[in-house]
Amino acid sequence: MTATLTDHALLIAVVLLVLGVSGVLVRRNLLFILMSLEIMLNAAGLAFVAAGARWAQADGQIMFILIITLAAAEVAIGLALALRIYRHFRTLDADALSGMRG
Amino acid sequence: MNLAFYLAAAVAVFATAMVVTRLNAVHALLYLVVSLLAVALMFYILGAPFAAALEIIIYAGAIMVLFVFVVMMLNLGEQAVARERGWLTPGIWVGPALLSVVLLAELLYILIPGTRAVVNPEIVDAKRVGVELFGPYLLAVELASMLLLAGLVGAWQLGRRDVPAERQEAGHDSDAD
Repeated sequence: MTATLTDHALLIAVVLLVLGVSGVLVRRNLLFILMSLEIMLNAAGLAFVAAGARWAQADGQIMFILIITLAAAEVAIGLALALRIYRHFRTLDADALSGMRG
Repeated sequence: MNLAFYLAAAVAVFATAMVVTRLNAVHALLYLVVSLLAVALMFYILGAPFAAALEIIIYAGAIMVLFVFVVMMLNLGEQAVARERGWLTPGIWVGPALLSVVLLAELLYILIPGTRAVVNPEIVDAKRVGVELFGPYLLAVELASMLLLAGLVGAWQLGRRDVPAERQEAGHDSDAD
């Protein structure tokens, strides 16, 4: 495992993370925001796996497994919330939900 | 210069950019699956075959199916048929299909016996991951199981069609907790 390959894998992870962040910031549809969150979690997992491969240790893959668990739980809750919001407001526009009472 | 790795990385970045810029959720999901497959191939080249398998099974399989189900549930209505007809035009699935073909060709190239050099020789296989996972990381596994249980209960509660408290105050936009 060469150091340059690790560097470039981390670079790709950063690029994917930035794409995910821009997706969260730019898109106003809740489904797309959730997808961008998945992209960001995936980029974090790529960084962990690349670092674990650099030192030939299993810790990176273990952190990836934990991240994937988090992503599964997060997307289940997030999609259930999105469905509920859609039933309530008939829209998935995040800006339409900004008016809160209280 | 590991060409296979950089080709997979290029596919991943391109597909992810397409996810963020698509207007239709299903088109974005197609590209997102391709992006996850490309990242799985990168894991394989990095010498993490177990993580690559998990990426495909859990991410590209289970989580994407959740997204597809929700998109299907949101699209109930008579315009769904017309939309379905629009989705069958070749212009939409040709992009993800081409990217998938690139990834498939790359995978087949890697699997040819003589070209294994592109894969990181220090492979961390599933056995080592499992030994560490249920050794030093046992507490993290327990916590992950609690997290999944919380996710299950939460999704079940939020996904119920009629919560009793909501039925009483139908028409109001307040949320009973």
